[in-house]
Amino acid sequence: MFEYAPAPESRSIVDIKPSYGLFVDGEWVDGEIRNKTVNPATEEVLAEVAWATEAEVDSAVRAARSAYENVWSRTSGRERAKYLYRIARIIQERSRELAVLESIDNGKPIRESRDVDVPLVAAHFFYYAGWADKLSYAGFGEGPRPLGVAGQVIPWNFPLLMLAWKIAPALACGNTVVLKPAETTPLTALLFAEICQEADLPPGVVNIVTGAGDTGHALVSHPGVDKVAFTGSTDVGRAIARAVAGSRKKLTLELGGKAANIVFDDAPIDQAVEGIVNGIFFNQGHVCCAGSRLLVQESVYDDVLASLKRRMALLRVGDPLDKNTDIGAINSAAQLDRIRTLSEIGASEGATQWSPPCSLPDRGFWFAPTIFTGVTQAHRIAREEIFGPVLSVLTFRTPAEAVEKANNTPYGLSAGVWTDKGSRILWMADRLRAGVVWANTFNKFDPSAPFGGYKESGYGREGGRHGLEAYLDV
Amino acid sequence: MSDRLAVRKTYKLYVGGKFPRSESGRSYLVQDSNVALASRKDVRDAVVAARAAVKGWSGATAYNRGQILYRVAEMLEGRRDQFVGLGETPADVDAAIDRWVWYAGWSDKIAQVYGNANPVAGPYFNISAPEPTGVVGIVAPPDSPLLGLVSVVAPAIVTGNTVVVLASEGQPLPAVTLAEVLATSDLPGGVVNILTGRVAETGPWLAAHMDVNAIDLTGVPDAELARSLEEAAAGNLKRVVRPPATPIDWHADPGLGRLTAFLETKTVWHPKGV
Amino acid sequence: MINHEYVHGRQPTFRLSRLGGMTATATSAFAGIGRSDAALRTFLHGLPGVDQVGAEQRAAMLGTRSIKTTAKAWAIDLAIRMVDLTTLEGADTPGKVRALCAKARRPDPADPSAPAVAAVCVYPSMVPVAAEELAGSGVHLASVATAFPSGQAPLDVKIADTRAAVAAGADEIDMVISRGAFLAGRYAEVYDEIVAVKEACGDAHLKVILETGELATYDNVRRASWLAMLAGGDFIKTSTGKVPVAATLPVTLVMLEAVRDFRAATGRQVGVKPAGGIRTTKDAIKYLVVVNETAGEDWLDPDWFRFGASTLLNDLLMQRTKLKTGHYSGPDYFTVD
Repeated sequence: MFEYAPAPESRSIVDIKPSYGLFVDGEWVDGEIRNKTVNPATEEVLAEVAWATEAEVDSAVRAARSAYENVWSRTSGRERAKYLYRIARIIQERSRELAVLESIDNGKPIRESRDVDVPLVAAHFFYYAGWADKLSYAGFGEGPRPLGVAGQVIPWNFPLLMLAWKIAPALACGNTVVLKPAETTPLTALLFAEICQEADLPPGVVNIVTGAGDTGHALVSHPGVDKVAFTGSTDVGRAIARAVAGSRKKLTLELGGKAANIVFDDAPIDQAVEGIVNGIFFNQGHVCCAGSRLLVQESVYDDVLASLKRRMALLRVGDPLDKNTDIGAINSAAQLDRIRTLSEIGASEGATQWSPPCSLPDRGFWFAPTIFTGVTQAHRIAREEIFGPVLSVLTFRTPAEAVEKANNTPYGLSAGVWTDKGSRILWMADRLRAGVVWANTFNKFDPSAPFGGYKESGYGREGGRHGLEAYLDV
Repeated sequence: MSDRLAVRKTYKLYVGGKFPRSESGRSYLVQDSNVALASRKDVRDAVVAARAAVKGWSGATAYNRGQILYRVAEMLEGRRDQFVGLGETPADVDAAIDRWVWYAGWSDKIAQVYGNANPVAGPYFNISAPEPTGVVGIVAPPDSPLLGLVSVVAPAIVTGNTVVVLASEGQPLPAVTLAEVLATSDLPGGVVNILTGRVAETGPWLAAHMDVNAIDLTGVPDAELARSLEEAAAGNLKRVVRPPATPIDWHADPGLGRLTAFLETKTVWHPKGV
Repeated sequence: MINHEYVHGRQPTFRLSRLGGMTATATSAFAGIGRSDAALRTFLHGLPGVDQVGAEQRAAMLGTRSIKTTAKAWAIDLAIRMVDLTTLEGADTPGKVRALCAKARRPDPADPSAPAVAAVCVYPSMVPVAAEELAGSGVHLASVATAFPSGQAPLDVKIADTRAAVAAGADEIDMVISRGAFLAGRYAEVYDEIVAVKEACGDAHLKVILETGELATYDNVRRASWLAMLAGGDFIKTSTGKVPVAATLPVTLVMLEAVRDFRAATGRQVGVKPAGGIRTTKDAIKYLVVVNETAGEDWLDPDWFRFGASTLLNDLLMQRTKLKTGHYSGPDYFTVD
């Protein structure tokens, strides 16, 4: 047996303070309400953080307004670009620190935070830095204007990457921001605040207010906010859409998904199996665009299932900081509850549950990689977003049936297609009602590629030229 | 003075390519004519018709849709006097005709202007292309019953959406007459569905309908009604076009905003290898 | 690790050969497959395609596995035991070969605990010398045959080449396929040649060199792998080491998938040998990780996985010494032969 010895990434590179305040107007201010953030892999308390009150959110929005009117809206695109380039460089220089901190606070494997999250964060800042002085060429007319103050609320699944997706285009377009990270994963956003200081970004251009739902609500409903950007659940997205109704706030939402990953009988099977695994087990399945519904053509069902199970038995679940870990910790006790509940529903509705033998740590929040077979469109696990390492397996017979089943959901964020036939890929891509279609690949992201949903997966795009539109008065 | 008794027109709804009366059997009086007073069930029927038309219309080639919009302009040109007779200014009618022509040309260009090839950092073919949102509910401008109506309907349908339009409540006759133009323009039934009646009555049903993908509130000057319709639209995360902050000059260059408001961007990835 | 319950527990379907979900009794499905180009083409082109980007990403990801401390020590010793210590130069002499054999038997004179390598690999003319040197050592003697490295010779010459090497004491034969015939779609010709050479090998093991650098696509690598296995090859080997592109991690990944699927389909296990270009311990360990997470632990054995290499051995020994002594060593402390 080739037993990989533990290969832990050193956490000595990060310096977690016992307590953090709010980052408002370039300075740290103590918050009135204090709460804790924990390491989901150990349940160890990492730090005390503030949960910003309405008044504290108000002061952050005021700081952002003042910075917008007095500084940032008067800063040329060329100068804004240089600030963003500078931030991108610092992110690269401190990439290891950011990766380790992200894995500690979020529970994701260091391999992913190191090889996916943080490199994409830096790339995103680089990409939008370049737009800051070229907005007149973006197709929205000469000299498009920024909106003003952006209120941004991001989730816990990709804490720093979602921050980058929000802040980089906002600043490039000339807006100032107040960003609220998720209550379970505030630490990299707070480190990002330090990076803003290190980059000499003018005070108030970026403000970070940590907190939970109340803080988020105070932010998105603040009358001084001109733009609201939210990534998270469809239910919260709906509430935000109601909250901004009747205002002039521009709104973009990136919400839930229940993506179909469709495997045809002529697929490159080994790569398809990798794509299935990557589609649902990447980041513990805490991915809005996860390929959580596997649709397999019946003629290869047995083969694909056998290969998938064999492959799943290789997944290494455990310490997020171990460089060989494939699946880390579930981000919170609450999320673990939800995954367990929906899995129990899946089993009780008659689907067959399977996980490879794997031992889970005693402390922390863990869920073994799981597939359900015998799932039909009527099962709740085929319709509801589980947001965990749980795959529902369904079958189809014809391309038309695959499309029908794939689209038979209120969501429309992403979809996957695996086939060696080029014309079929294009036929499928045309018909899938989803904002991102990955053909013979899955879960790929790039700052130049627009990302966002159809239907109840939200509206607006992040990334690419399209991502500018969310932050311009066009 | 002729002895002949004129044949009056019955102003009906336009749903699924047909001209039904309101299922409610109601009408209201406008300019001495009885106009159908649409009900929530008419909204329901219109949405069903619009949804049924999505597949064919969005699946038609852009060239084909452009030809059909241009055909609408041709038909409208032939009936311009009729609209003037309904009280439209000749300038508005001319502008309405020209607007159809303008949008007709966008059918096969918007994807080139609004789509992208994305130079991703990896061995992938990557493009983003716009696609129609689906069924769009539209509250047409109350004060510009022809030009305003055309200006909100044409950009929605040219890209492949289908629409359910609540016509100007106070001046519905141009809308019903436009329906006659549309019905003779090779436009497939159900692509445009026009309801006349009370916006305050039908609007909430349209805004809350879970099979409507987007809603255009341009014709809702009542801020409170607009807010409640936007709230209702949040139920299924409809794309919302809010009422304008300042009155719209319908004769001005409309820009791309009304086209892109009802487009989804789809990004497709594929590896490049041998 | 392969869980055979899932591999074998299914009823065959018409295209199970694509993945090898077939039970061992289904081997007869392949009977007569080599009878024509058309039959072979139908079969080989019915194998699932390989997406280049996906395969390379999988290999690259496995290359990021961090193998440290005890795992590294274990992997280094295993890698040493898998080395086919090779010299295939026009300038080879009996003296050179003798020195190589001595090194094969006892790679680290300073440390008797260092294991012997798997085999020595030489040209046929050097087999008698090597046979004498390796007698009783347990180190296998491999010889390239069949007009190595081009494979461009009449079949009877190749057969004679093989017979001579075996007669002189080689217990492993590394043959090259005719890439020209393969790329031209003359699959039956390649198949027949392998069958003939296998027959000439007698009890000697046959390693079939695909020369993957000349096959151009992973689809071809997969097809050539299956062709070699169907024709009776005991090992499939990447390269001669004589063309610019030798073994790569993704090529080896694709070949390991092939042997995994072939065993699942037929019950017969075939070995894999990447050769050429593997020079460092770090590289060798990446290969072992790919073996472990593709074909599984059954292949983590010198009987089923080999490294065709020469300079790799010293780096393995150097790293081994580093692990034992705690400080870095230098090339002066290891023999160059």
